[in-house]
Amino acid sequence: MILVLAYGSILFSFASCLPALAMHQHRHIPSLSRRLGFDGSEDARFPVLMRQAVFGLMGLSGLFAILAGLSVLAGGEVLTGRIGLGLPWLPWHVRFDNLSGFFFLIIGIAVGAVSLYGPGYVSAYEEDRHPFAVLSLFSGLFIAGMLLVLLADDAFFFMIAWELMSVASYFLVAFQHDNPANRRAAFLYLLMAEIGALAIILAFGVLASFADGFTFDALREARLSTGWASVAFVLALLGFGMKAGLVPVHVWLPEAHPVAPSHISALMSGVMLKVALYGLIRFCFDLIGEVHWQWGLALMMLGTLSALGGILYAMMQTNLKRLLAYSSVENIGIIFMVLGLSMIFMAQNQSQLAALGFLAALFHAFNHALFKNLLFLGAGIIHHQTHELNIDLMGGLIKRMPKTGMLFLIGCMSISSLPLFNGFVSEWLAFQTALQVDVIGNGVLRSLIPVAAASLALTAALAAACFVNVFGIMFLGLPRSRHSDKAQEIADRGMLAGPALLAGLCFLFGIVPGPMIGLINGVAGQVLGASLPDGARLSWLHLAPVSTGQASYSAPMVLAGALIAAGICFRYLRRSPATVMRRADTWDCGFGGLTPRMQYSAIAFTMPFRRIFAKAWIIDEQVRKDSQGAMGQDVAAIHYSLQIQDHSWPRLYQPIERAVNKAARLAGRIQTGNIRTYLGYSFVTLIIMLWIIS
Amino acid sequence: MNWLLAALQTALFVALAPLLAGWIKWCKCRLQNRKAPSLFQPYRDLLKLTRKQPVVSHQASWIFTTSPYIIFSAMVLAASIVPLIAVDLPTSANADVIVLIGFFSFARFFLALAGLDIGTAFGGMGSSREMTISSLAEPAMLMSVFALTMSASTTNLSFAIGHVLHEGLVLRPSFIFALFSLMLVAIAETGRIPVDNPATHLELTMIHEAMILEYSGRHLALIEWASQLKLLLYGVLIANIFFPWGIAETLAFESLSYGLLAVIGKLALLALLLALSETLFAKMRLFRVQEFLSFAYLLGLLGMLSHIILEGAR
Repeated sequence: MILVLAYGSILFSFASCLPALAMHQHRHIPSLSRRLGFDGSEDARFPVLMRQAVFGLMGLSGLFAILAGLSVLAGGEVLTGRIGLGLPWLPWHVRFDNLSGFFFLIIGIAVGAVSLYGPGYVSAYEEDRHPFAVLSLFSGLFIAGMLLVLLADDAFFFMIAWELMSVASYFLVAFQHDNPANRRAAFLYLLMAEIGALAIILAFGVLASFADGFTFDALREARLSTGWASVAFVLALLGFGMKAGLVPVHVWLPEAHPVAPSHISALMSGVMLKVALYGLIRFCFDLIGEVHWQWGLALMMLGTLSALGGILYAMMQTNLKRLLAYSSVENIGIIFMVLGLSMIFMAQNQSQLAALGFLAALFHAFNHALFKNLLFLGAGIIHHQTHELNIDLMGGLIKRMPKTGMLFLIGCMSISSLPLFNGFVSEWLAFQTALQVDVIGNGVLRSLIPVAAASLALTAALAAACFVNVFGIMFLGLPRSRHSDKAQEIADRGMLAGPALLAGLCFLFGIVPGPMIGLINGVAGQVLGASLPDGARLSWLHLAPVSTGQASYSAPMVLAGALIAAGICFRYLRRSPATVMRRADTWDCGFGGLTPRMQYSAIAFTMPFRRIFAKAWIIDEQVRKDSQGAMGQDVAAIHYSLQIQDHSWPRLYQPIERAVNKAARLAGRIQTGNIRTYLGYSFVTLIIMLWIIS
Repeated sequence: MNWLLAALQTALFVALAPLLAGWIKWCKCRLQNRKAPSLFQPYRDLLKLTRKQPVVSHQASWIFTTSPYIIFSAMVLAASIVPLIAVDLPTSANADVIVLIGFFSFARFFLALAGLDIGTAFGGMGSSREMTISSLAEPAMLMSVFALTMSASTTNLSFAIGHVLHEGLVLRPSFIFALFSLMLVAIAETGRIPVDNPATHLELTMIHEAMILEYSGRHLALIEWASQLKLLLYGVLIANIFFPWGIAETLAFESLSYGLLAVIGKLALLALLLALSETLFAKMRLFRVQEFLSFAYLLGLLGMLSHIILEGAR
């Protein structure tokens, strides 16, 4: 029954491709549209109906995914099945357990929100240049691909689903292909996705060479020496890390996410990265089974590097969607760091603490899916209304778009991990995991883990600074451009409903995280074979992950306390009618004429960070003054330009690029372009073949 | 009964905060050979501000007018979980020391947004600097907190203080490092000399004052009170974690009043120390603050390492 729900969600996502195809046909075959009952007079209604049909089916797919995920998490059983497709001797094996169910839930919520948001958003695309049929065809395939990855129970099926997801999302990134920069971003994405896929295939290959077959059951039985297991781990880390966006293989992410349509970037950033996380968890904790603390350490260090690097790069961006993409690198880093901690505890036979770390990582993955989706959808609304993605050209939007402002603020607060919101709970759990370090015998680990935790604190503080910058510059102050001055609240209800749903969930899981954590505890129980320590309490009121004596957090009580405190001073201070607020002009130091250009910009806001962490970027900052007057004594204009580059390009990718070019030139020598040489090659080959055969 | 006591302790916290500010000012004035204002001057200032009509810019959004309430309640919440005169009060189970840091960042988030809301250069400058300094201070604070919580093996403040009380007077190197680290962080976070100067309105030097330049009336009163409360919170954290002796472990009247006297004495001494350092040192350049804070971080790290190396596993 539960499997039927899961299949249903996949079928609905495939089905959501169909109306769009029909619509595309209808434009070419007039008889079809006549048969469907649409005459020329009603032609305007047809695309609207098709949009609603496509996103309606997508919404059903999301709903079914949520139902399937919740029911398998509640039941806690492992369901298996087979689909008679694939190779003759290897039908597709399907397995639906708690881990898959949890990621089904994530995808379901995200897809549900996107399906509410989508119809309004895509209506802005011109049909001739950016046909809706293409967009919805590949969105449907993309979602189906992600869901199939979660169901796969053999390496062959897994890779097919994985490729479906990668290739479909390539077409989505390349959707607005009339811009050369977008084509370049899409190609980079495809290149890195395929290199990653190769690494994953090799990783499966290493496992399979010690097993009899490609099903995951057979791979689980494989007994590997530590060396081969480590080779498999490194390959898997490379492959899945490339998809997840770990530093230094993250470079496709800030290029590809900004150029896709916003609801697709929401899905890519919020969900697709989580599918890569699923792959790594499935591979390391489930298939290899026995983990080593060195792997955990590697994961933790890479995670810390990604978290710090991601947020530092995010801070310097002025393109909102690029900034959000870099912030995804940061959050993925946090998740991998905590997962590494969990691995270390697992290898040290502290399985209950490993469960705590695992739980923190998965809960953060869930939370990141919620708030990053929310922020990308919000960015889409802002782009829709202001035609602007540069935050330095916005300002004062909170008065022009109050509802969007409120939703975006909730997203910013969640991602900055402020108490009462969901991001805080998972970071709190991460800190609690790191604080349990005393049980580890190894002194090096004992001193490295708190340093990683302190980097996590730095990351969280930088994230807060980054999103104060984002919200403050975009929504507060005076408008910095005509577009943002003229901006209006979005009229489409669905485009507000999608983000509102996510914002509500961010708040809900910030206040009552207990039930959700209970569900993830079940996942840990199935994957790690261990759940939270015995003293742990997960009621809706109190959250005590280790024992009530060690640490506890009660968000409902905190909320109640905050409401009481604010209520008392609000009532008390506003009693007297003599102290009603008076509105006046802003104090301009007596000079008169405050203009929007006198405000702090995003580049100015982050200047202290640029100076303090100067080594983290390659900064090219230039100030040019135009002088005038007889002796050039007056400054007519000042031009300021700032270029900030990622270290990974010149350090890692350009050497690789040079090496590839060099190798290509060497290989090119045998190609003379002369037919006689090629005939000679054929002749020699023939001779050698004959010699081998005889 | 216990809940009532917890509420009373929180109220006491809120009520005592301006007194500490007044005492620091008094000490500083005497140290600098000036005539000091009354100890109760901060109360009079707050009262005066609440009676005034607040003037708000036309540009201000709801963020600007609600931020003071949010900031103040975040500080009151923080006060409710820090043991002032007694340990084992029920509110301490609501949140631990990491949540306490979370409350501080909540307040700071809204303060920085309020600074950006009007769209003047001052506000943005203050917000930018405040976020810079706090993001450096937060890891340093967490490092020193880790050194403590690892030896007490709890992040609950009440239990941690209980642990230190029962250990007795043991000279722990990790505690000494953590103490100094926390003191440096406290100076940076509460905006005292040498990081920020609470008494100046010069645009080149100010941080906190730049953000709240546009506030007046009751809004200003709430923000001022919240920052006094933050100072008191850091003072109590230092006084009660590192020198917990005197704090009430039972809820009898005598031990509670003894606890109150003890904490007032400890805070008076700490404040004297702060006033002395503020008199002796000059404010440093903004881009020296990172060195100051990385020193604090280093001290915290040393504290933690000495816990791991010298004090061994549990």
